[in-house]
Amino acid sequence: MEYSAMRQLLRNTKGLFRNFRESMIRHGRPTTDRARTQTVVQNFFLHVHSARVNKHSLKWTTTVGMGIMTTALFLILVVTGILLMLYYKPSVLTAYDSMKDIHFVVPTGRIMRNVHRWAAHGMVALVILHMARVFYTSAYKPPREFNWVMGIMLLVITFALSFTGYLLPWDQLAFWAITIGSSIAGSPQDLTDALGITQYFNPGGFIKEGLLGAHFVGEEALIRFYTLHVIILPIVLSAILGLHFWRIRKDGGLARPASADPPAPDDAAIENFDLMAVIYERTPATDQEVENTVPSWPRVFRLEIILTLAVLFVLVGLSLCFDAPLAEQANPDVPENPAKAPWYFLGGQELVSYSAFGGGVVIPGIVVLGLLLIPYLDREEEDVGIWFSGRRGRRVAAVSAVFATLVGVGLLAFTVKYGWLREWLPDLTQRYSRISQIVIMFFNPGMMYVGVCAGWSIILVRLTNSTRMGSIGLFTCFLVFFVILTYFATVHRGPNWDFFWSHADWPVVEH
Amino acid sequence: MSKQETKARPEKPVKRRDFLGLAGLWTFFGTVVAILIGMFKLPMPSVFPEADSRFPIGKPEEFIVGEAKSLPSRRLWVFSDENGIAAMSTVCPHLGCIVKREEDGIYTCPCHGSTFDAIGKVLGGPSPRGLIWVEISLGPDGRLVVDSKVEVTSQTRFTA
Repeated sequence: MEYSAMRQLLRNTKGLFRNFRESMIRHGRPTTDRARTQTVVQNFFLHVHSARVNKHSLKWTTTVGMGIMTTALFLILVVTGILLMLYYKPSVLTAYDSMKDIHFVVPTGRIMRNVHRWAAHGMVALVILHMARVFYTSAYKPPREFNWVMGIMLLVITFALSFTGYLLPWDQLAFWAITIGSSIAGSPQDLTDALGITQYFNPGGFIKEGLLGAHFVGEEALIRFYTLHVIILPIVLSAILGLHFWRIRKDGGLARPASADPPAPDDAAIENFDLMAVIYERTPATDQEVENTVPSWPRVFRLEIILTLAVLFVLVGLSLCFDAPLAEQANPDVPENPAKAPWYFLGGQELVSYSAFGGGVVIPGIVVLGLLLIPYLDREEEDVGIWFSGRRGRRVAAVSAVFATLVGVGLLAFTVKYGWLREWLPDLTQRYSRISQIVIMFFNPGMMYVGVCAGWSIILVRLTNSTRMGSIGLFTCFLVFFVILTYFATVHRGPNWDFFWSHADWPVVEH
Repeated sequence: MSKQETKARPEKPVKRRDFLGLAGLWTFFGTVVAILIGMFKLPMPSVFPEADSRFPIGKPEEFIVGEAKSLPSRRLWVFSDENGIAAMSTVCPHLGCIVKREEDGIYTCPCHGSTFDAIGKVLGGPSPRGLIWVEISLGPDGRLVVDSKVEVTSQTRFTA
């Protein structure tokens, strides 16, 4: 038949939607394993995944899905954060009012802000739990050491993001928490003051001035924190997050026990059956799928969608029930009493109530350094991918948890009841205030926790003749102390940072 | 003699191309480092956006002898007795909160529980030092001027 452009045009019009769809997504619903593989490889958004995934990685008990949930929370934070940026004005004069606008006037503003706040809390919690999962399943062992290091960087950036975001509402909580936080960053000056070298070498003042752009929390600090919160830190986090995912694949997928991989088939079997294996996607030798893997499509994506939906469901539920807090507008003349940081910093706040430099700089520094070093100090490659490395590790973790609980509660009770150096030797510390200041910086209850963690893990290494058991002891002690200190500062610290059994016992303070 | 000379020479001399290549690479890294140092100078302010550390607090006769007066917006307590007038900062040296004067004359910090006695000495808590006493002088217009950046020894009094 003769070519008719008119008829072709009609046909094109009829096929418009199909052609458009096919031009955008080049494949239909994959029905064979080959097509499933191609779907993952060819799709830009899916190709960060491997085409096939080990069955062990899909088990609920392998990861509890916490990495995926953390990622989902980060994406939700980006989306809600950008929406909030449309109305939020980062200036001392307007910030608080724009928060009220978002809360009371902007359509859906209240729920967006609530979701943003609860997602931020959730992300901090899940990043910590994800780290615990990776630790207890030995997923930091070679070749995955550097991915653990990047995970610690992501943990630190997540804390930095929540810290910078905390200032933005410009309410009383924000102002005083950041005044305290930036003073902690400047607390190396306590050490240089005590040594009498501040006028020559003042790293604390340098950091504080760089962070605040001033000597107090004001306009300059607000705009700096805003820039860090909405541009610098999210970009850095996204970049490292991309590397974090990429390394999972380059390191051979999620950590798994040796039993999750099929035994290497002997050459004869391959020679005889490899063609059959290709046809049936099963090796007759072991009657298993090739390499014990399955295509990522659809299982991995189904899991990701379910977990993201679960996260969204919980967040929206929380946001409908509980509003994100907003205190009175910032008042630089009157501190909140008590001025409490968000829950994940409260353990740290308890530590700085012993010594600003010791609890706010030295101990967090030791903790981060210790976490970074774990995969390089413990390189035993047995029992990778097994929770607690088996029964002995479970016992070590349980004993360590009990030990750390006893020590943690005991030391807190002791500190509350008997105080520390200043209460024991008031005259001596007054007379030699500089020396006692340096002593308190490095000898305070917080440093005792660090010492207990280190000592306990060394004892375990000697007793069990295993660096893995030592690191389980170290990490368990750290986690238990973190939980105990956080709980204690949240529930039992009240006005003037005094001890109270419960909130109901707090004295009425007039503002 | 000639043997020694050959020994003194390096075993494998750097080839001309390698040398130029390495020189180029190190020039690149040097430039990047220099630029980064220059960039990180920007966030460090040379002028601080803050009010003058010197400010007037009123005429000497406004401070009644034997009384203590609070100037919350200046973050000061001003004490006056027969010996003169002295000013003490209310900023806690621990982490920058504002201390509160209790009825028994001691000062408590609401943030981390540091306590100070009536002249600002540390009684307990984490504060690394006592409350800071600041300089008072007489301005040309007859008003007292406080310089909040000039620290003086405890209870240094201004006498007319």
